[in-house]
Amino acid sequence: MTDALKVPAAPAPGRRLGWRGTPVARFAAEFGASPVAVAALTVTIVLALLATFANFITPQNPYDLAQLDIMDGMLPPGSTDFAGSMTYHLGTDQQGRDMLSAIIFGLRMSLGVGVMSTFIALSLGMSIGVLAAYFGGKVDTVIMRVVDLQLSFPSILVALILLAALGKGVDKVILALIIVQWAYYARTVRGSALVERRKEYIEAAACLALSHRRIVFRHLLPNCLPPLIVVATVQVAHAIALEATLSFLGVGVPITEPSLGLLIANGYDYMLSGKYWVAFFPGIALLVTIVAINLVGDRLRDVLNPRLKR
Amino acid sequence: MLVYLLRRLGQSVFVIAAMAVLVFVGVYAIGNPIDILINPEADQNERAAAIARLGLDKPLWEQFLVFVSNAVQGDLGRSFVYSTDALGLILSKLPATLELAFLALVIAIFLGVPLGMLAGLKPDSIVGKTIMGGSILGFSLPNFWQGMMLILLFAVIFKVLPSGGRGETVEVLGVAVSFLTLDGLSHMLLPAVNLALFKTSLVIRLARAGTREAVLQDYVKFARAKGLKPRRIVLVHIAKNIMIPVVTVLGLELGSMIAFAVVTESVFAWPGMGKLLIDSIQHLDRPVVVAYLMLTVFMFILINLAVDLLYCALDPRVRISEVSA
Amino acid sequence: MRKSTLLCAVSLAAVLASPAVAQELTIGISAEPSALDPHYHNLGPNNAMRRHMFESLLLTDENQRLSPGLATSYKPLDDTTWEFKLREGVTFHDGSPFTAKDVVFTVCRIPTVENSPSSFTVYTKGIAGMEVKDPHTLLIKTDTPFPLLPNEVAAWGILSATANGVTGDIGFSRDGCTGIDSYPKTEDFNSGKAAIGTGMYKFKEFTRGEEIVFERNDDYWGDKGAWETVTFRPITSDGPRVAALLSGDVDMIDNPPLQDLERIKSEGFQVAQGLSNRVIYLHMDQHGEETPGITGTDGKNPLLDKRVRKAISIAINREAIVERIMNGVAVPAGELLPQGFFGTTPGAEAEKYDPEGAKKLLAEAGYPDGFGLTLGSPNDRYINDAQVSQAVAQMLTRIGIETEVDAVTASTFFKRRNAHEFSMYLAGWGAATGEMSSPLRALVATPDKVKGYGGTNRGRYSNPEMDALIDQALATVDDDKREALLQQASQVVIEDYGILPLHFEVTPWAFRKGITYVPRADQYTLALGVKPAG
Repeated sequence: MTDALKVPAAPAPGRRLGWRGTPVARFAAEFGASPVAVAALTVTIVLALLATFANFITPQNPYDLAQLDIMDGMLPPGSTDFAGSMTYHLGTDQQGRDMLSAIIFGLRMSLGVGVMSTFIALSLGMSIGVLAAYFGGKVDTVIMRVVDLQLSFPSILVALILLAALGKGVDKVILALIIVQWAYYARTVRGSALVERRKEYIEAAACLALSHRRIVFRHLLPNCLPPLIVVATVQVAHAIALEATLSFLGVGVPITEPSLGLLIANGYDYMLSGKYWVAFFPGIALLVTIVAINLVGDRLRDVLNPRLKR
Repeated sequence: MLVYLLRRLGQSVFVIAAMAVLVFVGVYAIGNPIDILINPEADQNERAAAIARLGLDKPLWEQFLVFVSNAVQGDLGRSFVYSTDALGLILSKLPATLELAFLALVIAIFLGVPLGMLAGLKPDSIVGKTIMGGSILGFSLPNFWQGMMLILLFAVIFKVLPSGGRGETVEVLGVAVSFLTLDGLSHMLLPAVNLALFKTSLVIRLARAGTREAVLQDYVKFARAKGLKPRRIVLVHIAKNIMIPVVTVLGLELGSMIAFAVVTESVFAWPGMGKLLIDSIQHLDRPVVVAYLMLTVFMFILINLAVDLLYCALDPRVRISEVSA
Repeated sequence: MRKSTLLCAVSLAAVLASPAVAQELTIGISAEPSALDPHYHNLGPNNAMRRHMFESLLLTDENQRLSPGLATSYKPLDDTTWEFKLREGVTFHDGSPFTAKDVVFTVCRIPTVENSPSSFTVYTKGIAGMEVKDPHTLLIKTDTPFPLLPNEVAAWGILSATANGVTGDIGFSRDGCTGIDSYPKTEDFNSGKAAIGTGMYKFKEFTRGEEIVFERNDDYWGDKGAWETVTFRPITSDGPRVAALLSGDVDMIDNPPLQDLERIKSEGFQVAQGLSNRVIYLHMDQHGEETPGITGTDGKNPLLDKRVRKAISIAINREAIVERIMNGVAVPAGELLPQGFFGTTPGAEAEKYDPEGAKKLLAEAGYPDGFGLTLGSPNDRYINDAQVSQAVAQMLTRIGIETEVDAVTASTFFKRRNAHEFSMYLAGWGAATGEMSSPLRALVATPDKVKGYGGTNRGRYSNPEMDALIDQALATVDDDKREALLQQASQVVIEDYGILPLHFEVTPWAFRKGITYVPRADQYTLALGVKPAG
């Protein structure tokens, strides 16, 4: 949501193979040194698993309308349904939808949108950024002007207008999130690529008359990855929060496929009359998700950025 | 310098023109406002007449030309809904938004700087770690949900603060403001806290980083060697120095704060620009949406231009070629 | 104090003091009028607000029945000529007397309003000629027999010709009147300059987005207003509007959210509810075999089959929707207007819920396994609209019609609906004229530009039998005969399942103790009807 989180302080040189153990093992050990980060990573993995296997673990499929009954609507947490066969641990919404199931499916939607949009934006921004750095000159100028321009506008405003024009839909939300995100990656990658480009191994590759393509994608890009991974992790959290906000404002995902943000928005109407559970529990789920991902991102930055190590 | 200035200005004008096209076409795509505006009793002939009255029967390019020729003269169109000058309508809501943003800024500074310094002075203590943990939480809390929880807590459960609206206002120089009445302030408090939370987290991080760097600086060591009280060192020497980056960043963030006010104003029904934007999108009041966006584009370009020029003037290391690249 | 004096004082207070004690009234309204110009925008909030300052020849009471206003009586002289006797001794807020010339001036002005997003010409285009017989007798001519003229003259407020600079006579013509130099601009009403009517309240102040203030017209011809000043404060968000009432900032609010009614009552406030003229209905695409939102039928449109339409209707548990989704604040609908309105059939009841029967009908029609359906719906236009749609989808899915809800913001919804992008959609209709020809003409009559039929018939239902009945009704000046024709037309479409009425919205108002309000079917919030209790 802000530059302090999105962009690492400076482009970091890529890590080269060390002589102590494999890089992965060393990395894991460093990461594991922080118990908070390990806990956050565990939570993230559990949430991802929950989202992936939502169909098998939820007591109810909240999308299957045949399973819902409005006679079970707005039951407080802990109530049992009309037939007495099922307990709604977190209550129900107005349609008689089990909130626990809705939250797990909502989590799937939120995580899915966040990860998918980040992945596509990452690939896109990365390619553009590395091209800008490698070729320099006019190409670089034009691309970076566009990037600067876009980053100077708050992402919430850009996405809001985009979606107002595009209409509702999961695909449209993803598209809007890609458009607001790609520039971060382009800028990050260009920063590190500019540093890498001047290094001997690229010059050596160029001397061997390797193709541009090979140099860019096999040599330059892999060495720019570490800062990108950090940015991407934090961006997933950012994308999830942004999607939730957009859905809250009424321009996000459709009501038939609610994300956590939309579930919260549904609860807004009932809050003043004290029916807190419709908005409260999805909010907690959203909060836990974002905090966990952010903590993982923070730790990744500390580990991957040698400059910060004293 | 002059060449650079001219080139930068030229770029800005180009960007404004490009944005005007994008915004106009984008907003045009949203829907046909006539369906919302017209009384459903009207028949097809009356519909056609209303479409003609609002100029919506003309082709898109013609509508755009009309818009541009008016915009150049400072007229960004008339609201379909209110039949009043769109820009004037937005500007009439500006004081409410600015007032909220400034109070949020004040909260962010007065809460964030001391906490951040504390965390910076004792980075490994429990207090320091708690503050940093809190700042991560502040970054992660979705703005709108946090606002709703504030309402739930203070308006529904404890019933100590109003849940929304602007409250009593007084006129100062012809502008209605809330912060001078007790009722107005009580209405402002929750939305301002809501808007401030994110920036507070940012300030905490900036202040912490600044403090950690400052304590290692020679002038702090020297002050300590001179036997100054730690209190004085912290409050005068360190605080002064970290305020510069904090104020710079927050100045830049004011724009994003106004943008984020869209969310806060929606949650708390604060009658500012952001609320107007959301309402206008819902009512398809195109002239207002376009005017709002053009105003924002203009504002951000102005801020960026000012920042670039300031950097250029202040920091000789920033070479002109680099800035423009 | 001695007992007798006390008693005396109390009774005196009851007689005199109630207006003296409660002089000011503040009302929080959910929608702000877009202008104070009575002829700018033909929309609920504007029409409600203008009634305080500007009156029409005939007034409508809380059940939308006509009552004398600035005209004391009216009668048709022949099929195309109507005579209106105007009230004598009425003065405008500037002191000038009200005469027939003012009515002519008003009808002349209505088509000239600039930038009007929804013009009042819908209610004046039937007027072919006007003749001032004497200052208090007006003849209105129409092209064809036009029984709705009295309803239509009740829809526009009358301006003062004198206050707007007319000195001589006005020559009426549809293409532009003579004898008028200039018409007042919309801004002149907002600033108060032109806000001169005959109403119970006078313009005092208007700050857009903040407040509209009226003061009592002490020269009013009828019962004087109960309040010295009346302030309307637009508070569009539900939560803050309720909060404003509970904290005592306002005396009354309109449209409190249904889910908050219990809480409002429990905190010692009153709620008045009234059946509105707005029906929430489902419309089905009955145009041809090609339809966008149906799957699993090999390209056929099952909605063309009356049995399928009936199955859908009886699969919907209207009682449950009213009870669970609308918190009991609605009435199941069996027609397009609630019982008691002109043209309704006495005893018409909502369809009985019968899911088993629905399944059988589906099987009979050749769809034993149902089909897929997309239900279009707005999500911010009618009370709990998207929730109602989801409940309908739930019920249809249970009889085998797998229904998906496509709920979007009203602006997008209307655009897509008008482009026929839905095979079935949920929407609402409020009958502004308060009689059956309004919904029939707009929603189910075969679309016809010339006749102005079917403007909102986006299911493209078409039934020549019913069209003929409407034609006939609209040319019948005799009220009893016309009502019988409208009843017949309504029954035809209901029995054909051409449109499925779900429920009538009930409009709630909430206010503090010590005042009363009579709910209005037109959903208007009028200070005219707010009285101190007792």
